[in-house]
Amino acid sequence: MTARFTLSRRQLLKTSAAGAALGLASASFPIGRAFAAAATVGFIYVGPKDDYGYNQAHAEGAAALKGIEGISIVEEENVPETVDVQKTMESMINLDGASLIFPTSFGYFDPHMLAMCAKFPDVQFRHCGGMWNKDKHPMNAGSYFGYIGMGQYLNGVVAGHTSKTKKLGFVAAKPIPQVLLNINSFLLGARSVDPTITCQAIFTGEWSLAVKEAEATNALVDQGADVITCHVDSPKVVVETAAGRGAFVCGYHANQSPLAPEKYLTGAEWNWAKVYKMFVDDLIAGKPLPNFTRGGLADGFVKMSPLGPAVSEPARKQFDATLAEMMKGGFSVIKGPLTSNKGVVVATEGQAFAETAIELESMDYLVEGVVGSTA
Amino acid sequence: MDATGIGLWGVPLAILGGAIRVSTPFIFVSLGEAITERSGRINLGLEGTLVFGAMSAYAVAVMTGSPWLGLIAAAFAGLCFGLFHGWICKFPKVNDIAIGIALMLFGSGLAFFFGKPFIQPSAPDLPAIPLGAWSDIPQVQAALDVNMLFLIGAALAVFLWWAFRNTRAGLILRVVGDSSDAARAMGLNPNTVRLAATGVGGALAGIGGAYLSLYYPGSWTEGISSGQGLMAVALVIFARWNPLGCFAAALLFGGAGALGPALQSVGVTQGYYLFYAAPYILTLVIMIATSSPSRSLAGAPGELSITK
Repeated sequence: MTARFTLSRRQLLKTSAAGAALGLASASFPIGRAFAAAATVGFIYVGPKDDYGYNQAHAEGAAALKGIEGISIVEEENVPETVDVQKTMESMINLDGASLIFPTSFGYFDPHMLAMCAKFPDVQFRHCGGMWNKDKHPMNAGSYFGYIGMGQYLNGVVAGHTSKTKKLGFVAAKPIPQVLLNINSFLLGARSVDPTITCQAIFTGEWSLAVKEAEATNALVDQGADVITCHVDSPKVVVETAAGRGAFVCGYHANQSPLAPEKYLTGAEWNWAKVYKMFVDDLIAGKPLPNFTRGGLADGFVKMSPLGPAVSEPARKQFDATLAEMMKGGFSVIKGPLTSNKGVVVATEGQAFAETAIELESMDYLVEGVVGSTA
Repeated sequence: MDATGIGLWGVPLAILGGAIRVSTPFIFVSLGEAITERSGRINLGLEGTLVFGAMSAYAVAVMTGSPWLGLIAAAFAGLCFGLFHGWICKFPKVNDIAIGIALMLFGSGLAFFFGKPFIQPSAPDLPAIPLGAWSDIPQVQAALDVNMLFLIGAALAVFLWWAFRNTRAGLILRVVGDSSDAARAMGLNPNTVRLAATGVGGALAGIGGAYLSLYYPGSWTEGISSGQGLMAVALVIFARWNPLGCFAAALLFGGAGALGPALQSVGVTQGYYLFYAAPYILTLVIMIATSSPSRSLAGAPGELSITK
């Protein structure tokens, strides 16, 4: 029975040639992170990547990487914030060889991304949002976000000049810190024009619920709000419904002016291309990727849509002046004296939280002047 | 009441307006499903048909510039889905519920696939009839902007209610649904009747989808339905297979869905998740109140696989 273990000469030659070729191949095309000559970057979106909103903003950022030498992109859209996203991450790592993954939606972080961080310690994960904490979370994870509240403040400045009823409307998804900061910034921007302005907030409870967003917009207009903005994944429905009812709109996430050219005032947009290029440059250079990345208007993480035709001259002047102030850095939207709409003091006289203040990332209140509740 | 808003009147007005705006897809899908279930079959695939109808209506409206052609395309696509379900289910030992679930996933997936290029463009909307023109309050005018499809749906509900009882076609449908043996003894082929009933049901669901994408909320996104098709199938049981009941239940769901945003807009902001659950709590309460330990569901077709 020894015949079973002997190799014919032909077989031996074939096998060793294949082995040698494999060895050569792996020597000349090292796949290790140290070189990262051919790195694959994965992007995961919670919705369709052409939604006029959150996912489109990320997908535009990802698309900006496509020309970069040695970088290939894998994307998957419509991935729910469930165990599905873990499967997506696993297949991006195991099948596509991704070494850097951007799960872009808020709910991907805990427990899904954290589970993958533990399972694949050699892969880098960067989550969009403010969840990563040095003391609690692994070092192959991280978070990046932009100070888009500044953009909503600018939206508010223009809205404050445009509103005749002195009532603004905000269609919000969930009461998380980033959303609350946007609502507060929008109102405070408007109050920098006229301190009697109020803002009505309606929470729909989900990131993307077309019918409920339309109902919320209609309810706001019924109550006299004449400038509407939103923080939902796809502002398309809110923008079209509000414009259809004759209200002005401020955009969010991406530029929605083609949907309502006459009624669109301006909008707070993401510029993720800048952020993703930064990460990929570090990856190519073999440098460790930052775990905590933040930036605002001055850093190019956030930009404003061009002002629409309905924006008045005084509004334009104050918009430009405020924007110039913000570009210097250190601008504070939340500054004392300021109370929440429940009467709790959130900033005392002389106290100011600049855009970089980490306290803002755990915001749990709506400021005085916002009609709405965080729960 | 301040000068610009309409204050607390906004709540009943929003419920009325919401009932009219939101209910139409529920009306069409549940009427379609009522026809199908009266013939003794359940088509759970109507959620997929609704989504595919929404997509095909939007796509055709974008390409041709005519929302009416979009509506026809949606009805035709729904008809095809319904006939497909009916055709598969005529084979022995085929489970209509399993096929329905398969078609639900298939319809949504196919709609997402073909719908990709149509998320961005804007399509022309179906026109509305300004029934609120008598009022000079803009909020009332907006609430009473009624789409033609809503009125057609209302008329259809009355017609079906009458036709189930008083026409030969209605009798054939009911006898096939209640007893295949009796139908065969009358010389009817149950499979042909069910094929037609499922096809018509699918076409109505497609029209419901066209309303979603071409009128309210009026754009094609992949999350446009968020389960309304499934909800409408459940409404049929809730309405005891009665078309008038379907219409009433659809209005109830539409109005209850508008309650949450409306209450928040007048400053009742606590516990909105609870208000969003209102339609479902209401359903539970009515189901419990009308149930009986001594008899089975009144009005249930005898051939339905869930009651057999």
